[in-house]
Amino acid sequence: MDKTLSPKLRRQENISGYLFLLPSLVFFLAFVVYPMVMCIWTSFTDANMNSNTADHFIFLDNYIELWKDPVFLKALVNTLIIVFVSVPIVCIFSLWVASVIHKMKEGPLSFFRIVFYLPVVTGSVAVTVVWKWMYNNYYGIFNYVLKSTGVIDKNINWLGDSKFALWCIIIILLTTSVGQPIVLYVSALSNVDHSLVEASQVDGATNTQVFWRICWPQIMPTTLYILVITTINSFQCFALIQLLTSGGPNYATETVMYYIYYTAFKLYRFGYGNAMGVILAIFIAILSAVQFRLAKEK
Amino acid sequence: MKTNNGSSRAYSITSILILIILAILFLFPLYWILTGALKTPAAINSAVPQWWPQEFTLRNFEVLFSKRSAPLFEIGSLTGPIIPGAIRWLINTVFMAVLAMLLTCITASLAGYALAKKRFAGRVILFSLIVAAMALPKQVILIPLIKEMSALGLYDNLWAVILPTVGWPFGVFLMKQFAESIPGEMLEAARIDGAGELRTFITVVYPMIKPGVGALAIFTFISSWNDYFLQLIMLTSSSNLTISLGIATMQAENSTDYGLIMAGAALAAVPIIIVFLIFQKYFTKGITMGAVKG
Repeated sequence: MDKTLSPKLRRQENISGYLFLLPSLVFFLAFVVYPMVMCIWTSFTDANMNSNTADHFIFLDNYIELWKDPVFLKALVNTLIIVFVSVPIVCIFSLWVASVIHKMKEGPLSFFRIVFYLPVVTGSVAVTVVWKWMYNNYYGIFNYVLKSTGVIDKNINWLGDSKFALWCIIIILLTTSVGQPIVLYVSALSNVDHSLVEASQVDGATNTQVFWRICWPQIMPTTLYILVITTINSFQCFALIQLLTSGGPNYATETVMYYIYYTAFKLYRFGYGNAMGVILAIFIAILSAVQFRLAKEK
Repeated sequence: MKTNNGSSRAYSITSILILIILAILFLFPLYWILTGALKTPAAINSAVPQWWPQEFTLRNFEVLFSKRSAPLFEIGSLTGPIIPGAIRWLINTVFMAVLAMLLTCITASLAGYALAKKRFAGRVILFSLIVAAMALPKQVILIPLIKEMSALGLYDNLWAVILPTVGWPFGVFLMKQFAESIPGEMLEAARIDGAGELRTFITVVYPMIKPGVGALAIFTFISSWNDYFLQLIMLTSSSNLTISLGIATMQAENSTDYGLIMAGAALAAVPIIIVFLIFQKYFTKGITMGAVKG
């Protein structure tokens, strides 16, 4: 089709293409690309809130300081724990739910899909404040239920105890993360080639065999996509921390995203915060690349 | 064969039972918000939870609406009548989410069509840039955005939240997926009929990508409503807050009055949940199409 166009039509294609793109491109360049470039640039400076003083180019000083900053290292470790715990659980859980519900009739299917998606729609603030109440030391239902069933014998200050706080955060994160993967897996599983499934059943394959040999390879692209988005989401865990623990107690729930916020908006060290942002982006890129690699090998 | 059937039936019955228990657990926080909002302070602050409120009260909403106040609107020096702050926050949130939704749908459907169907120079590079940007953590660009918005004079203004939402490339990506399916012959026919570019877009392209626009609209509306981090760093003054931000602020100030905070949470969550329930079919479609690799 390309080559059949006359030069005049070709020019028209170019011009109209750009005109259609223009409005979107203006927003994209101004509010996504430009701040990304600025993020990388200011990570090499000592930029702060004060716009009267010029920013000094300090090259890698921020990055060097980061590796000596115990809070940042703690935040990085916590973030990695969150990612490595929540990503596999989200994937396995949502695949299991999807495998049970995708064969259901339209009514129950959308009921379950909606229920698991609701925590996402409810919004991070509303979800977080109710969990804060449920975790509460005196009025929370967790202490009540666990105590009355005899699991614990005295109240636990869930969010105030460094042994539990991070796990409490992870539990909330899990409930707000499975909605989208379930929707994706349901649609992937219902697109699996049915004739293959039937053929293998005729040959006497068990349900488990059918699943791993036939379905699993076909939903691999979906799994990969889910791994990537869940990784990105877990890395960016912020609202839960800011509203529940502010990184405490004793940095037990400090995450990179929260520390970026703290550095930039409490300490006003924009350059230092941006350096952390760049490191975070690099970590996400590496993990996504590894996931792509692993998925390809299989 | 028979035993296989028996065990698989046992498996599916157990699965469904577990699923129902999980569904109850997932619904519980929402139930706790809604009932908590209607409980008396005594019921809230009791060590033994009331699974169903023994006494219903609107006290929490009364406190919520009396806490702060703000003018209904401010346009230049013109200010509207004074209303409860929480209502103003709700109006702000609707304004923000609707404008973000409209602008995203218009710009993204134009751009998605161009990327899918126009053979202009630089198209592949541009599309790669869009996909690459999508894989980056969105929140990393927020610090530079603050400085940019201050320079534009938009700091502490709802537009500072709307503009970056419109710029986020997911919408363009999604609309390109939908526009791919438009047959080239239809566009050709419109051209032969002498329809101009914009006319072709409105009469031929738009009707074909309408389900996609619906999906994008609901997706943008919900994610913009709930984008707490962006709202948190851009909006500061009491009359400019969104509902999420307002509740978060109240939570910081009265962190022990859970009844009040649940009333706020209910006010923030119920409208968006209703919107979601009405349009959830489009929503599912959008999520699925957005994942298909282009």
